[in-house]
Order: sequence, then structure tokens, then C-alpha cells
Amino acid sequence: MAVIDLANPTRFLTLVNRVLPWLAAATAIAFAVGFAMAMNAPDDYQQGATVKIMFLHVPSAWLGMMGWGVMTIAALGTLVWRHPLSDVAGKAAAPIGAAFTFICLITGSLWGRPTWGTYWVWDARLTSVLILFLLYLGMLALYWTAEDPGRGSRAAAVLALVGAVNIPIIKFSVEWWNTLHQPASIIRTGGSAIDPSILWPLLVMALAFTLLFFTLHLAAMRNEILRRRVRTMQMMQAQELAGAEI
Amino acid sequence: MNLGPHADFIVAAYAVTVFVVALLIAWVVLDYAAQRRVLGDLEERGVTRRSRRKGDA
Repeated sequence: MAVIDLANPTRFLTLVNRVLPWLAAATAIAFAVGFAMAMNAPDDYQQGATVKIMFLHVPSAWLGMMGWGVMTIAALGTLVWRHPLSDVAGKAAAPIGAAFTFICLITGSLWGRPTWGTYWVWDARLTSVLILFLLYLGMLALYWTAEDPGRGSRAAAVLALVGAVNIPIIKFSVEWWNTLHQPASIIRTGGSAIDPSILWPLLVMALAFTLLFFTLHLAAMRNEILRRRVRTMQMMQAQELAGAEI
Repeated sequence: MNLGPHADFIVAAYAVTVFVVALLIAWVVLDYAAQRRVLGDLEERGVTRRSRRKGDA
């Protein structure tokens, strides 16, 4: 099957039905290994056992941003190329990205209280991630409340492109401003500053979360394609009934 | 495994994550079942998509 064939929703559904069980199994295995590694990782010399929260917080933060990245690419597909699956991909990514951003905010607060002595501070990193979560809620409102799905999807695509400005702000906020949140310690020039005994469980958990994201995203895209089929068929049925009455 | 003096925070973080992920999984599974059910009902009533009609012709 050529990549261009995936533009056809029916062929895309066939592929999803084939891939999804394998992806779900890989996700479950990655989580089992990652969780075992996380629970057996040594305590951090400063954070103590609360470093275990990082195995959830860091991957969910990455995926919250990646979710918006997926929606940005999908928005370009909707507005520029009018690819039939772009809007489906964007709409399916919104609730998943919002959920991971929510996990990032909650686990960050639960880590901050014992480590910083506070659940929340209005520093640039925390505030920009909160803005990302609010943007996700705006996106969900646009998708779910629009009477005309076409107009709703175009408005959501514009919001996705505007909101993309926030992603580099989140990433570089710890360098541009003086923040309580620590600077980058994994993806940085000079290599990771984390000891391998903690870095490896973190990377395996990140892989597990990423596989979970794509499993859920493909499943949600499949549901959205089916929902659109249902809508089309219901409209055709209504037209046929109206024609029969005339 | 000793989670130290901040065990409550660690357990709460894992519990919230499991809860949110479980909600996401339940959402996609239940939504899939609901869409399949409605599609099945429509097809039983003889409603078919235009593309399928063309395929039949």
C-alpha cells in the first residue's frame, strides 16, 4: 500500500485495524518494563523518592507539546492541502493532548509541593504549560460545539497554528526567563545531565507514553471517521425521507 | 520499596495518571462501540453510503 493511498479513509481504516492490536500490545509491554524500571530506580540525591514522579511528569509534558505539534501539522493539511484525513487527525489529537497536559500539570504540582514547598508558582514554564492546557480546552470547545463541522474545523485549524507559537515559548522559557522550574536536563547541548540509572527508566517510560499516544490517536481517528460516516448516512436518510414526503 | 516521607505525593501522582489514562482508553473503546452500533442500525435499515452504491452498480 502506497503512502498516498492512506488519503483514502477506507484504506486508512483497513491499515488502522491491522496495526492497532500490535501497537496496543507494544504499549502494554513498554509500560510493564518502564514501570518495573521506574520502581527499581534509585532515589535521587536531592529529590529522594519523589524522582519517581518525574517518570510520569516528563513524558506527559513532552506528549502535551507533541499533541499540539500533531494538530499544527494537521491544521496545515486542513487549510493548505485540504487533505481528507487532516481534520480527523487534528480533532482526534485534541482530547489526548489535553489529557497529557493535564497529567503534566497535576504531577508537576504533586512533585513541586515536597521539592519546592509549593504546589504552584506563576513562573514562565508553569504558566506557559497552563496556557497550553487552556488552548486545548478552546480547541475542544471549537470542535465539539460547532454546528457546521466544516467551519468548526477551519476555526480549530487557525487556533492550532496560532497556538503553535506557545510551543517554543514552553521549551525555551527556562532559558529566556528566571524560573523556579529547572532548565533542560535531558535534551541539551553537552548531553543529558541525568545519571543513567534514572535516565533509562525515564526514556523507557517516555517510549511507553509515546506508544500510548499513537495507539489512542489512531483509535480516536478511526472513531472520528466512523462518526462522519454515520452523519453522512443520517443526512442521506433524512433527504430520502424528505423526498418521499414531497 | 520505600517511598520515603513523601509517599502520599508519589502515590497520588501515579493514581491520577492511571485514572486519566483509563478515562482516555474507556472513551475510545466506548465511542468505537457506539459508532459501530449506529452504523449497524443504519445499514440494517437499508441506508448505504454513496460510494458503496456506486460500487454495487
